Amino acid sequence: MSFMEKLYLPAIISGLWITIKHFFTKKATFNYPEQKRPFSEVYRGKHVLKRDDKGAERCTACGLCALACPAEAITMTSAERKKGEENKYREEKYASVYEINMLRCIFCGDCEDACPKEAIFLTDEIVPSNFERGGFVYGKDKLVEPIDKRVDVSKRQTKQVKEFKTHKEFQHNK
Amino acid sequence: MEFSFLLYKIILALVVFGISLFVAMYSTYAERKVAAFLQDRLGPNRAGPFGILQPLADGVKMFMKEEIIPTVSNKFLFILGPSLAMLTACMTGAVIPWGKSLIINGTSYPLQIADVNIGVLYLFGVVSIGVYGIMIGGWASNNKYALLGALRASSQMISYEIAMGMAVIALIMTTGTLSVAEISAQQSTGLWNVCYQPLGFLIFLICAFAETNRTPFDLPECETELVGGYHTEYSSMKLGFYLFAEYINMFISSAIIATMYFGGYNFPGQQALMDAGVGHNAIVLLGVAALFIKIVFFIFFYMWIRWTIPRFRYDQLMNLGWKILIPLSILNIVVTGFVLYLKGVI
Ligand code: SF4
Ligand code: SF4
Repeated sequence: MSFMEKLYLPAIISGLWITIKHFFTKKATFNYPEQKRPFSEVYRGKHVLKRDDKGAERCTACGLCALACPAEAITMTSAERKKGEENKYREEKYASVYEINMLRCIFCGDCEDACPKEAIFLTDEIVPSNFERGGFVYGKDKLVEPIDKRVDVSKRQTKQVKEFKTHKEFQHNK
Repeated sequence: MEFSFLLYKIILALVVFGISLFVAMYSTYAERKVAAFLQDRLGPNRAGPFGILQPLADGVKMFMKEEIIPTVSNKFLFILGPSLAMLTACMTGAVIPWGKSLIINGTSYPLQIADVNIGVLYLFGVVSIGVYGIMIGGWASNNKYALLGALRASSQMISYEIAMGMAVIALIMTTGTLSVAEISAQQSTGLWNVCYQPLGFLIFLICAFAETNRTPFDLPECETELVGGYHTEYSSMKLGFYLFAEYINMFISSAIIATMYFGGYNFPGQQALMDAGVGHNAIVLLGVAALFIKIVFFIFFYMWIRWTIPRFRYDQLMNLGWKILIPLSILNIVVTGFVLYLKGVI
């Protein structure tokens, strides 16, 4: 080290100068509950189980999402649709219990990719904190979208998906 | 007369005590705010407007915490440690002249609790008792980290006290008095002492950092090596006392630096104000305000340094103390003596 460096003082003064400059710069903090940071349009947050246009649940309890899930967060129980329930469930088989453990979920979105029925999507909502572990296991009451408050997931559909949906000749789109 | 004198001194002591506690309380808040601002954050802003009630919340938290006295510790010494740290921290304020005398109805009320003619010695005496608080606390905890922290604290304080004392000797040579009030008063005309003793001031400042255990010399409580240092075993308000004592020390040492080297309660242009016929008491109050501005600046400086410079290693600390600061302060004394001789003062 040269003599000037050994003195330390010039280095300390330049250090002080740097920190005092930061004193007056704009702060990076967001005051969270009052000030919200805009999310990306395709943010992967809490899941939603979609209904179709007529209000029937789309999920058919095929279990592909649970199979695709790398965190093994999804469990479900299937049941057969009874007569007269056509307006409630779109397919003949439906999920009577459908649970996602939000503590296990890593919000990868693989369930969404795996679903053949366009039933499950990730939304830009955050999973709120909870005091109990059990509180993080979301059942159908929290996951299925309310009929009167539909969740818009069109932003998470790619151009190819939207194009595909215009082909009415496929069984999938009927 | 005797009684009113005593009453006045008691009130003054209580006021100084209260102010020290208040400033220390808000130093904790300021520390967090300054730290946040230097790191591009906002700091506490939830308790009250701008988080102004944060110190109260912290205090309540400290009181509500469980009080733990380790069974292996020496109970008496364990409690004595923080009490002593707090006591010595509060005692130093006694000899600091907070302003010139106020004159009300012909009686003069000096704004200094005790004008001891060896005020500087008193300061050093009390400051060196301060190390016992840490030493006893660390020893009584019966914990190796606490003991190591206490050892570090005592050796560090003793080493730096030497350099500090010698820096002050040079100052005393130029001022010719040991009374803090006198040193303060001398600076009302002419330049402040820092202009005569720049090197002495620098040494004093560095040693003051070491004496108050502030970064870059906060090795006694160095979290990365010693868990919590000497207060590892402390909880609740006894821990609060230690932390609080540090902030009071910071306040008092800022006051000492301001008084000894930066003109104390004197401010530029006070002679002009006096000539313009501004009342004596008004100038005195302005002087108190000036002193507090200087103190606040130095407290800020303490924090500014803390969030700029990383901690020293222990051998570096000792090297700096013994091999650099002590020789420098001796040199400072010699040079001061030589200059005084040339000027014909001695
Ligand atoms: S987002 Fe990923 S981890 Fe979460 S449930 Fe879906 S597949 Fe599993
Ligand atoms: S959400 Fe989709 S993939 Fe999962 S069970 Fe229902 S239909 Fe199958």
